[in-house]
Amino acid sequence: MSTNSRPFTLSKKGRGYLEFLYILPFLLLVALMSYYPLYGWIYAFHDYMPPKPISSETFVGLKWFQFIVSNPVRRADVWRVLVNTFAMSGISLAFSWFPMVFAVFLNEIRCKPYQKFVQTVTTLPNFISWVLVYSVAFNVLSSTGAVNSVLTGLGLIDKPIAFLNSKEHIWFKMWLWLTWKNAGWAAIMYLAAITAIDDQMIEAAKVDGATRMQIIWRITFPCLLPTYFVIVMLNLANFLSNGMEQYYVFQNNFNRKTIEVLDLYVYNYATQGRGNYPLSTAISMLKSIVSVVLLFVTNTVSRLVRGEGFV
Amino acid sequence: MSNKAVGKPKKHVNPMDIQSPGDRVVSVITYIVYAFFAFVCAYPFYYIIINSISANNLSERGKVLFWPLEVHFKNYTRMASIPGLLDAAKISVLRTVIGTALTVIAAAFLGYMFTRETLWKRKLWFRFVAVTMYVNAGIIPWVLSMRNLGLANNFWGYIFPMVVQPFYIILCKTYCESVPKELQDAAEIDGAGTLRIFFNIMLPVITPILATIAIFAAVNQWNSFQDNLLLITNKHDELDTLQYKLFQYISQANSLKALVSNTTNSNAVMAGLATAATATSIRMSVTVVVVLPVMLIYPFFQRFFTKGIMIGAVKG
Repeated sequence: MSTNSRPFTLSKKGRGYLEFLYILPFLLLVALMSYYPLYGWIYAFHDYMPPKPISSETFVGLKWFQFIVSNPVRRADVWRVLVNTFAMSGISLAFSWFPMVFAVFLNEIRCKPYQKFVQTVTTLPNFISWVLVYSVAFNVLSSTGAVNSVLTGLGLIDKPIAFLNSKEHIWFKMWLWLTWKNAGWAAIMYLAAITAIDDQMIEAAKVDGATRMQIIWRITFPCLLPTYFVIVMLNLANFLSNGMEQYYVFQNNFNRKTIEVLDLYVYNYATQGRGNYPLSTAISMLKSIVSVVLLFVTNTVSRLVRGEGFV
Repeated sequence: MSNKAVGKPKKHVNPMDIQSPGDRVVSVITYIVYAFFAFVCAYPFYYIIINSISANNLSERGKVLFWPLEVHFKNYTRMASIPGLLDAAKISVLRTVIGTALTVIAAAFLGYMFTRETLWKRKLWFRFVAVTMYVNAGIIPWVLSMRNLGLANNFWGYIFPMVVQPFYIILCKTYCESVPKELQDAAEIDGAGTLRIFFNIMLPVITPILATIAIFAAVNQWNSFQDNLLLITNKHDELDTLQYKLFQYISQANSLKALVSNTTNSNAVMAGLATAATATSIRMSVTVVVVLPVMLIYPFFQRFFTKGIMIGAVKG
């Protein structure tokens, strides 16, 4: 009958279907975990109160979307949250060169063990959770923490400074903690890009009598610009998505008004007091759509400038 | 005479390494600034560790700054008696072990399968998975969906959403593509099926990338806090993780005070013993326990971490 010696050998097509069956469980998992929540957007169009399931009777159309702008209190709230979000993302963007500069001068350190030590120590905070960052902040900055102890010990202040329980400079403080956590890690990418710079270029500059600062300014930085550009584009794509974890752990009654970013506001609004899931979902949904558009735009810009996108 | 000639060989100095005075100033400033950065990143951890083993009445008043004073380990030996802490540790370890294992399995298998050209509609399914990296429903729709799926107040709510992670799959796929095709072709001619090739040929070859992924996944699982916050209600606090417990200890001073009076006998407090538990001592020692696993594995796996970010960057 068949010239094939192995009776169960599948045709190429049959094998393709079989392979599809192998990955099917994983695809179903993706469908449930990532696509099904998108279906959850329908809650934004319903009058949903948790114990009662949604039905055709609870359908209210665009009521919640109109509510965001029609209710003056809500409008002011959303505006305040947007300002916070833009401020925090804006500060991050404005200082996005910091890891690059950090990497460039770290690379200038000639003593390799020292360089390695600094790199190891500054990268560590990236691997601890925001809860731990907050714990560190709390322990070091509380009224009996290290910073206040030293300052009072030196006689610089009379009574402890409330670093965490205050609303002063909260945007900048959040950037400082973000940088404390991430800068060392973000620098690794630039360090790798620096090693890729052609040594001959630097040797030639040295022969011509260039100082270190001149080499850094005229060779190293220009060579790092493509990497930096990608980082800026990614920053822009995530402009609305600061995440909520950092702001959630650092929020308290003193700073709530200025720390609430979009993601945190959505959470707080749904879970505190009476809780309004549909309105939170509506805001979530708008945010997700704008984020995807931002990603699309920045990716296109990147494609036009560099010839390739980052997605 | 001859002695003089042998004397000190003149140290060879590469003319390229001679520094101008200006360069030297830059050098010195760089060393000092980076010492400051290293200090800012390292000291807080050191501060918490020395305080957790110092006399509690001293650490309570912020007297321990440079080295431990009146060392004792009561804060750690007493830990098991803090209600709920052992359970939380168990949950954290379980989710780290199970979650990491499943994430690595999914990344390895899907990463490999997406390189199989025979796979039916391969490109479509790859995109189906990869898109989830960028499209996000948002927190609230996600929570409502997890509730509908019965994953709220359920241990598997920590695991299932983290199993299929596009970024790891892409890392794995890229790695599989770099393995010489002949390896698979040879096995195929010998009659090995898809799964056989995966287990016997590919899996041993791709272990380096799997190690990298495993470490990232493990750190993520251990550090995860948000899913606990979103999915677990107060009634089911037996499912709380260490991260969540620690956050409660810091943010809810009242519950911590109740905890202190429960765990210490009142006589000890009255006597003002250096080892009596205080809010500060619990906070600090729990912090050390939560951060320690990451700190311990970190120096050994630093090269993996670095490799991970680089592969991601190359993919771009």
